[in-house]
Amino acid sequence: MRLMVNGNESDVAAETFAELLLELGYEDMPVATALNMSVVRKKDRETVRLKEGDRVEILVPMQGG
Amino acid sequence: MDPLQFYGVSVASRLLLGTAQYPSPAILADAITRSDADLLTVSLRRESTGGTGGRDFWKLISGTGRKILPNTAGCHSAKEAITTAEMARDVFDTDWIKLEVIGNADTLQPDVFGLVEAARELSAQGFKVFPYTTDDLIVAEKLLSVGCEVLMPWGAPIGSGKGLNNRFALKAMRAHFPSVPLVIDAGLGVPSHAADAMELGFDAVLLNTAVAKAGDPVGMAEGFALAIKAGRLAYLAGAIEARDMAVPSTPVFGQPFV
Repeated sequence: MRLMVNGNESDVAAETFAELLLELGYEDMPVATALNMSVVRKKDRETVRLKEGDRVEILVPMQGG
Repeated sequence: MDPLQFYGVSVASRLLLGTAQYPSPAILADAITRSDADLLTVSLRRESTGGTGGRDFWKLISGTGRKILPNTAGCHSAKEAITTAEMARDVFDTDWIKLEVIGNADTLQPDVFGLVEAARELSAQGFKVFPYTTDDLIVAEKLLSVGCEVLMPWGAPIGSGKGLNNRFALKAMRAHFPSVPLVIDAGLGVPSHAADAMELGFDAVLLNTAVAKAGDPVGMAEGFALAIKAGRLAYLAGAIEARDMAVPSTPVFGQPFV
């Protein structure tokens, strides 16, 4: 299905958020996630299902002031 | 140095340090060490495709053993800031958040209306909010009334290096909120600016650009650390009143040839 991942259109096979992180190579990385502007917590990633056109944010720790 | 607490948690240094804009990760690590900062600010951002910058950065920061203060930098609405704070709590495992709601992309001035709105919601969710605000006393009162127990007024616009633009307002803020931890956040350029803030009675200083963009960030980090300690000691010791006329320091009594 097609998703907007971090502002870019992506064609993915994943059906859950956890599968998406695996598919995109984010396993073993500390990430924060959101789906359509709502936070998806770590504990919910296995059960939150994705659907066509969803907007996904995957954020990582970065330098900040 | 006398103890400082934020939300009941002791911090070992009155210098809070941002982690952005350093020439290299190694210089950032050295600057953290030389500054003796106990609290570091970090952000959340999108990772570039295939990149490992986030993982490498987090390995460096978590390896320092310092406390973490995530920020909501770049958010221009309460909604964005609240969502970013919720994401930060999930990944950093802390309910501390440096709350920024920016009102103008050029001045980076806080949108104090969105700030109070976001602070109210986040405080209700159990966050410990560190609001980046102006020196306006009424906004400060609103922030305290919605649950903030720390205030972080700007000294000058972010990254400007101007020092304390409005000492009168900042002195009034210190006097108006004698028991609220006050942190000068943004706008400082040199260690004397930090000493000035501490001599006014501010509890701490948050620095980033002034250290990271200095010719020698590591040396500047230590310079600021020393200035902050000096300013704090001066505040606690009590400064003399300034006078317009000279007053001799050597005793007049017993002076010969008079």
